[in-house]
Amino acid sequence: MSILILAEHDNQTLKPVTLNVLAAAGEIGGDITLLVAGHGCQAVAEQAAQAAGVSRVLLADAPAYAHQLAENVSKLLLNLADDYEHILAAATTTGKNILPRVAALLGVNTLTDVLGVESPKRFKRAIYAGNAIATVEIDEPKVVMTIRGTAFDPVAATGHNASITQLDQVYESDDVSFRHEALAASDRPELTAARIVVSGGRGLGNGENFDLLYQMADKLGAAVGASRAAVDAGYVPNDMQVGQTGKMVAPELYIAVGISGAIQHLAGMKDSKVIVAINKDEEAPIFQVADYGLVADLFDAVPELQASL
Amino acid sequence: MKILVAVKRVIDYNVKVRVKADRTDVDLANVKMALNPFCEIAVEEAVRLKEQGVASEILVVSIGSKPCEEQLRTALALGADRALRVDTDVLPDALSVARVLAKVAETEQPDLILLGKQSIDSDNNQTGQMLAALLDRPQATFASEVKIDGDQLQVTREVDGGLQTLNLKMPAVVTTDLRLNEPRYASLPNIMKAKKKPLEVKTPADLGVSISSQIKLISVEPPAERSAGIKVGSVAELVEKLRNEAKVIA
Ligand SMILES: Cc1cc2nc3c(=O)[nH]c(=O)nc-3n(C[C@H](O)[C@H](O)[C@H](O)COP(=O)(O)OP(=O)(O)OC[C@H]3O[C@@H](n4cnc5c(N)ncnc54)[C@H](O)[C@@H]3O)c2cc1C
Repeated sequence: MSILILAEHDNQTLKPVTLNVLAAAGEIGGDITLLVAGHGCQAVAEQAAQAAGVSRVLLADAPAYAHQLAENVSKLLLNLADDYEHILAAATTTGKNILPRVAALLGVNTLTDVLGVESPKRFKRAIYAGNAIATVEIDEPKVVMTIRGTAFDPVAATGHNASITQLDQVYESDDVSFRHEALAASDRPELTAARIVVSGGRGLGNGENFDLLYQMADKLGAAVGASRAAVDAGYVPNDMQVGQTGKMVAPELYIAVGISGAIQHLAGMKDSKVIVAINKDEEAPIFQVADYGLVADLFDAVPELQASL
Repeated sequence: MKILVAVKRVIDYNVKVRVKADRTDVDLANVKMALNPFCEIAVEEAVRLKEQGVASEILVVSIGSKPCEEQLRTALALGADRALRVDTDVLPDALSVARVLAKVAETEQPDLILLGKQSIDSDNNQTGQMLAALLDRPQATFASEVKIDGDQLQVTREVDGGLQTLNLKMPAVVTTDLRLNEPRYASLPNIMKAKKKPLEVKTPADLGVSISSQIKLISVEPPAERSAGIKVGSVAELVEKLRNEAKVIA
């Protein structure tokens, strides 16, 4: 069997989530090819070639692939698909945008956000905001799916030396073009890969008060997340949202501050190893999943906590 | 300009679903059903475009058995002009849904197709992308802002790193994220008016599509239960526990 994986990257570095997807591919079993599609992304291909388990790297380097436009990258994947039984990507906004498009071009169904591999055709995935875990079997000649990174331990990033082959097919749709992007710049670890996550909710009251969490996070080397209510209220940008429709996180320590614990929020964080909740309402549902609950006003508790770290 | 909006009947988002005792599926008996929140946002966006004079007609489509007419009526009450239900008793897979919608789009020739980015039951996030592929049209998923200028669409998308803005030539497919808009509540007069708006029913065969289910549900299990831990009495106790018991901080 052979597996094609679409690498996640920003044209400079390979995103660590690709290593988790490689682990999922390892569980399926087979010869693994990693596709790096981008622009000016030779360095990414070189990093990809070092990852454990990769047999070969395909590099498609062209302006048309610079922003991972689904219209272009899906045609590239379609063109390569003949040689593979499985086509995988991370369940990031990039992977989720591109892979269903590839599947439809191939005339097959796709599985989103897979969190367990039972056999090459049988997988586990969460449904209903994580309130049920379904085991599903897909009956398609090709299995196209996105992988939830936090559900698989990453393979080693280095120590390997796969070959790199340049591809020269360029697909460029006239119907879509990239205009601009506003990417959050942060020195903190990436939310889905951080060992510790500190998240704030509506209880923070405004955007400035998130500084309390940023300061604590910096002491802990943590990433900062948020509930949807905090994002909707404009306290913080959308890329910080944790939950059913935001990011899935599973850190060793998750500290929820001023978050009530709606099922949609829990869906994104309840696989964390240790959960701490700080909330002034002792009835808040978040306490039902917290290993350590502190009933307190966050404006007293957070500064005190930070001082004692 | 004509807009096609695809909508789905799903469990109400406030309901916490339970797994059936025999673990064959989740238990949906007597559970409150509603319009999928992301689909509601899609309908709202279409209605706003009509109110701005950009769109002239809004068609809503749903695929399912008779009860999903309830959600089509909701969409009509929110401001859609007419509805189409494509009748099926089997649970279609996403590719079948996309194929049905593609056929409807071929006949109706909409300039813009709006869908929710995911339904909160299967949590898939794929139908819009598949539909765009079948139609060979551009897509803008996870939209938080849509602007229209002639036959050009400018869409801002919520991506993992922040926001990305694309230009698309219509016809195009857009899937909605939560922050695109805040849907209105249907007023009583509009709910009454919606009952008289046209609602057509077709079969997949009428459209020349067969519905399949290539993804078989083998079993369903409840997620690993987390039990509530302990309440600590002070910040000092919390720090002590995190250090010495959980050993997650230094
Ligand atoms: C389709 C859909 C998808 C959704 N997806 C997501 C998602 O992905 N992620 C998500 O998070 N939500 C999601 N939601 C929203 C979700 O239902 C909740 O509305 C949201 O999570 C609530 O956020 P919150 O806990 O910050 O706010 P609230 O529920 O308002 O809770 C605020 C909490 O702060 C506490 N508090 C207030 N002041 C203080 C203080 N001074 N000190 C201590 N505690 C204080 C309060 O006691 C309260 O418990 C979704 C909803 C829908 C309909």
